[in-house]
Formats: sequence, C-alpha cells, structure tokens
Amino acid sequence: MPFIPHSEQDIEQMLSVIGADSIDDLFDEIPANLRCAELTQIPSGMNEMEVTRLLRERAAQDGLPLCFLGAGAYEHHIPAAVWEITTRGEFYSAYTPYQAEASQGTLQLLYEFQTMMASLVAMDVSNASLYDGASALAEAVLMAVRANRKSKSRKILMPSTVNPVYRKVTDAIVKNQDIELVDVPFDPLTGQTDLNALAAFAGDDYAALVIPQPNFFGALDHVDEMTAWAVDNKMLSIAVVNPMAMALLKPPGEWADEGVDIVCGEGQPLGAPLASGGPYFGFMCCKQKHVRQMPGRIIGRTTDLDGKEGFTLTLQAREQHIRRSKATSNICTNQGLLVTAASIYMSLLGPEGLRKVGLNSHKNCQTLVQRLTRIEGVSQVFSGQTFHECVLKVDADAQQLIDDLAEKHDILGGFNLSADYADLNNCILVCATETRTLDDIERFATTLDALLKQQG
Amino acid sequence: MSNTPDDRKYASSHEWALLEDDGTVRVGITDHAQEALGDLVFVELPEVGQNVGKGDECSVVESVKAASDIYSPVSGEIIAVNESLEDSPELVNEAPYDDGWLFVIQPVDVSELDEMLDTEAYQQSIDDE
Repeated sequence: MPFIPHSEQDIEQMLSVIGADSIDDLFDEIPANLRCAELTQIPSGMNEMEVTRLLRERAAQDGLPLCFLGAGAYEHHIPAAVWEITTRGEFYSAYTPYQAEASQGTLQLLYEFQTMMASLVAMDVSNASLYDGASALAEAVLMAVRANRKSKSRKILMPSTVNPVYRKVTDAIVKNQDIELVDVPFDPLTGQTDLNALAAFAGDDYAALVIPQPNFFGALDHVDEMTAWAVDNKMLSIAVVNPMAMALLKPPGEWADEGVDIVCGEGQPLGAPLASGGPYFGFMCCKQKHVRQMPGRIIGRTTDLDGKEGFTLTLQAREQHIRRSKATSNICTNQGLLVTAASIYMSLLGPEGLRKVGLNSHKNCQTLVQRLTRIEGVSQVFSGQTFHECVLKVDADAQQLIDDLAEKHDILGGFNLSADYADLNNCILVCATETRTLDDIERFATTLDALLKQQG
Repeated sequence: MSNTPDDRKYASSHEWALLEDDGTVRVGITDHAQEALGDLVFVELPEVGQNVGKGDECSVVESVKAASDIYSPVSGEIIAVNESLEDSPELVNEAPYDDGWLFVIQPVDVSELDEMLDTEAYQQSIDDE
C-alpha cells in the first residue's frame, strides 16, 4: 500500500467525482483578497551548512545582554541536566501520542507534572498544560463563564494590573463569544488593585473576578480580600500567578476561606529559556468541583485488569473528539516538551530549591531598587510590597534611556510602561532574578547614572 | 430488547416524561438510552428555579464513552432535581424509570405531552434506528 495519500491521479479522480475543475475551486467561497497569494518573498532553500552559519550570525547579532527585563518572561538559572534529559529521545516530542496509553512514560510524566503544579498552587487538580500564560487566562475566563451557573453574566472583572498582553489576548479570544472584560483600576499609591473601586461593582452580576499575584507591576496584590469579595458577590475567582512566586507566597488554594476557583499562569520561569518570546507553556489548576469545565488534557492514574498501576487520559468526554462543538475548549493538546523541562526543573530544585530561587530573586530586586533610587532622577513609584519586579520613574525620556542602554551598553534596562498606562509616563518596570549579581547591579546603576546625566 | 413502560411519554431524543398526580412532570432517560451510553460517570443537572422551554438543552449525562445533552420535553420551571445522582450517577443505569430520574418540571402547558411519542411509537423509533 502506498503511503503518499494524494497522487495526481487520486486528485483528478476525486475532483471529477465532485464535479470541480481544480483544487482552487474548492476555496471559491473565500473572497479572493483574503486568500493566500503566491509566496514570492521566500528565498530558495539552503543546505544545513548554510543554515547553521546564517543562524549563528543572527544569534551573534542578539549578543548576550545583561537582563533586567521581566514583564512576563524571566531569566532564571536552568541546571544543565534539565535540557540534557528533556532532549533525550524518549521525551523529545512535543505531542501527546494519538494512541496515548501506548506511551505510559509520557503519561506518567504529565501526571507527575500535574501533581507538582496542583501542589505548588494548593489546588485539587491540574491539566496537562496549555499554550502559554495569556491563552491560559483566556481559557480560564471561558471556563468561569461556563462554570458559574449562579450567574447569567458574560462579564468578567479584569484588574488593569493584569499583564496588558494577557488582557489583549484574552479579549481577542473571548469577545466574539460576547464576553466582556471590565477594567478595575489600580491604586496610584500602592500599585495594587484599588479595593474601593472594586467595591463599587458589588451587587452587579459578573461571572468572575481575575486576581493577579504578583501583578504586572511586581506588586503583591490584595489576594485574600479580593477572593473573599468575589465569593460575597457570587463570582468565581481566577488567579493568574507567577509559579516561581508560589514557592514563597501563600498559594491561591489558600486565599481567603476556601481559595480561588481557577488558577492559571505562564510556566516559562520553570525551566524554559528566554528565546524570542517562546515556546513557553501555560498551566491551569482548579477545584475538583469545576474539573468537568476545565479545558485541555488531564492524565489520571488507575489500575489495569491485572491490578498494575497505569496512566490514562481521563475525562475525555469534555473534549472535542467526543463532545464535538460542545467541547469545553478547542484545546486538545498540551505543551509536552516544555512541561517535560518544567517537571525536571521542579524535581531537581524541589520545594526548598524553588523557595530559594524566589527568595534570592526578591532580595536581588530589593538591592536593585535601593541602588537605582540612589541615582538622582530615579524614584520608586509605588509603596506596595513586590516580588522580583518594581516600577521606577525616571526624570528623562524612558524609551530613549531603554534604547541607549540596549544599543550602546548591551543592557536590557526594563519595560517601558507608558504605552500601556497613560498615567505612568516615563515609568520603567525593572526586574532582578537570582541570576543577577552585585556587580551586574552596579554596572546597570553606573551606566544609567551616566546616561541620565547626558540626557539631563 | 429494552424496557419501555406505558405509563409515560417519550421523546425521539430518548427522554421520558411522566405526568404526576400533582400536575408536575418527572423527566429521565430511557432504558434504551442508558444502555447505549454505557456506565454513567456524571450527570450535570439543571438549577432548581431555572425556566426551560420545550426542546431546550438543560442537562448533560456523561458516560465513560460519551456526553449527551438532555432536552426538556415540556416548557416550565425546574422544581426539583435528583441530587442523589451527584454521588451515584449509576442509578440512571440501574433504574432509569425510577430512582434514576433527572428532574421535575412544573409545566406551563401539560398538553405539550400530547405531542410526544407513546410507548409503541417510541419502541418503533428505536427499532428503526
């Protein structure tokens, strides 16, 4: 039997049966201006030697900048064993196999990943991962609208302290399902969600409240108060968290009396390198009672007919291949390779190791902020406590400073907040993880000082 | 051959509706439906107080191999749900016409039941499947 599915002959035969002249005819109903034209800008192929050389040259252009930039993706030390093991042949596939149960090792790894994530955020169950943090939040919003049967609302309270990219992605995914994200402003003194502004929404029907921890400004938010408020107002609560901070802070499963309903976030800090924005992975955990509304794959542990332990895809009746258009989500896969790396990373560090990474990141950020704010023309914007990021205001053109730091001094000096927050003109979000040394901080500080003097 | 008692009415989507003495309508799925679905693992029930129209999706029964919507056979208000199914969904398999009922509706118009199939017609419809 030939394994080439469509020979010229097959295609002609099929076209003649359905009465079409060409394959293009099948796409007639798509307007011509939306159809993909000939790809004229793609250069011809290169051999391996040429590609290796080209990419090496491109990589050299990026350099190895000193990184004080966070804003959603973070530079952490990744033990060499993580990717050494992850890229072993047995793991080096990013896809759940079609005959999943034939790959017991893969399923066991995913099961253990789920156990680690559920334990890290103190929730009952975890799925086997989603695409990234932003789309995980979108899935959490869709899930909350389905799961909150006490509410008829398709509106979600979304603090403006949630990562702006997450808010944009979520809006793009949910708006055509008539789900509306309603802004909750932040307190200009503390950088936390404004509880008074939140209180003004009391009594109105919303499906859920999103609670960031830490929030986009690095600030520790009012998580207990917000969780309790959501319960009082018959809303579900969705925590969007940095997993690294969870080793240090009270996990969402323990916020207020009963914990939040859904936890989601970006898994990149757990073993994935910073690489031009990806690939990363999203994670999602929830309370047991919502598990049937959770999107994505879930691996369960069971026993076979001989009483031996085995792993299996479970709760598949929620999924597309069974539930068709009524599935909980169009997500029917996971980020296998990144999850493998994260599981190995967490195994190598253990709870105490993760705590140390979090704590050292926090301490280094404190040191960074103390040092930078000694510079004339640099001040701290918010008074609230932070994890490993902080907002600083500069008496200069922030974008110019960031550009000069990168181009002339090979330093990524932070994220310019003015484009996303009109009130935070010339404010920069800076980050320091456990990878930054006192020398790194001093180099950043003296360079910044000199640039400010030049600009001034 | 599955069991189809003649004290009630049937929908071609495999729900049964039983008119009670107090004028309410009790709803469940047929013996044929539970057999086709296999072992039930979860039943998502409607909310008490919820208003439903005839033909509305108002419940989901999930087995090890499928999840199926349950359509309300009449219009009205949900006044009771079978809470024992939360912990024991297998009751639907064991006793689809008795302990395995799903919910009770206070109907707006009892005559909607007349549009449903009787035992013979329902039996015919499943024989034709």
